[in-house]
Amino acid sequence: MAKQEDKIEVEGEITEALPSTMFRVQLDSGHAVLASISGKMRKNYMRILPGDKVKVELSPYDLSRGRITYRYR
Amino acid sequence: MAIIRKSFAEIDQMELAGRVVVDTLELVGEHIKPGVTTAALDAVADEFIRSRGGTPTFLGYRGYPASICTSPNAMVVHGIPGPYTLEGGDILSVDVGVTLGGFVGDSAYTFPVGEISDEARALLDVCQTALAAGIEQAQAGNRISDIGHAIQTVTEEGGFSVVRSLVGHGVGRSMHEDPQIPNFGDPGRGPVLQPGMTLAIEPMITAGGPDVYLHDDEWSISTDDGSLAAHFEHTVAVTENGPRILTRGVETSLLR
Repeated sequence: MAKQEDKIEVEGEITEALPSTMFRVQLDSGHAVLASISGKMRKNYMRILPGDKVKVELSPYDLSRGRITYRYR
Repeated sequence: MAIIRKSFAEIDQMELAGRVVVDTLELVGEHIKPGVTTAALDAVADEFIRSRGGTPTFLGYRGYPASICTSPNAMVVHGIPGPYTLEGGDILSVDVGVTLGGFVGDSAYTFPVGEISDEARALLDVCQTALAAGIEQAQAGNRISDIGHAIQTVTEEGGFSVVRSLVGHGVGRSMHEDPQIPNFGDPGRGPVLQPGMTLAIEPMITAGGPDVYLHDDEWSISTDDGSLAAHFEHTVAVTENGPRILTRGVETSLLR
């Protein structure tokens, strides 16, 4: 049975929308990451715009890329 | 992180568990055809494992509700057996864990159901080749990340993606031991491999992108973009004479 790697959940703000539904996110920690939208958000046609506050999942193996899993109101 | 190294005798015991895993996978493979439900496969596997004096490791592991994992098509891993009925053209990943004599064996195989597309066939072949390349790196003196580096190289040269968020792992008296074994990364990183280490090496690759998501059942994981996913796994012991596959036999006995 595969093991799920330990994920890091962080928060940040969208600074830029890029092609292929990728986004640049400025994390609360100060770092900027390149992030994609999670499948669940895609399925529900959720729009993400610069300025939105979001939750991002990071892999400990690649801290420069993330996945947006939640958009705050 | 403490990587538990096993004695020769313990590795031999792990191979006994591994043989039951192999035989279970082979038996499940014989039952795979269009019209069969994944629940039926689970029942076959459960009964067989117990008939060999083993216990299905997954059942009750962190609350997992079945004895094997059955993950069709875009599902990568941890699919819970149920009413899903196999159709011609499907690919089905089956993951089996057996505890025998106190030790765990873990192996997985992605089966074609009936005739599959050329792309699906290529995905399966590349994943198996990637697993072989990863196992080749499991030599004393190498580092953990050499395994994932080899897997990633083969996978991406084949035109496919490596799932990042799921990893292989040490295995022994427990299902999941140290270390974590990602299926990607630069070589030369992580702990040094030493004889006695027993590793579950399990590349998970997709025909699209690497992102996956967790279903509402809190177990099954599928590709974000809906692309096909393949999963192959072996339990491997690092020895002074190279890698020793403790779940050997699945490929050769399943050659069609």
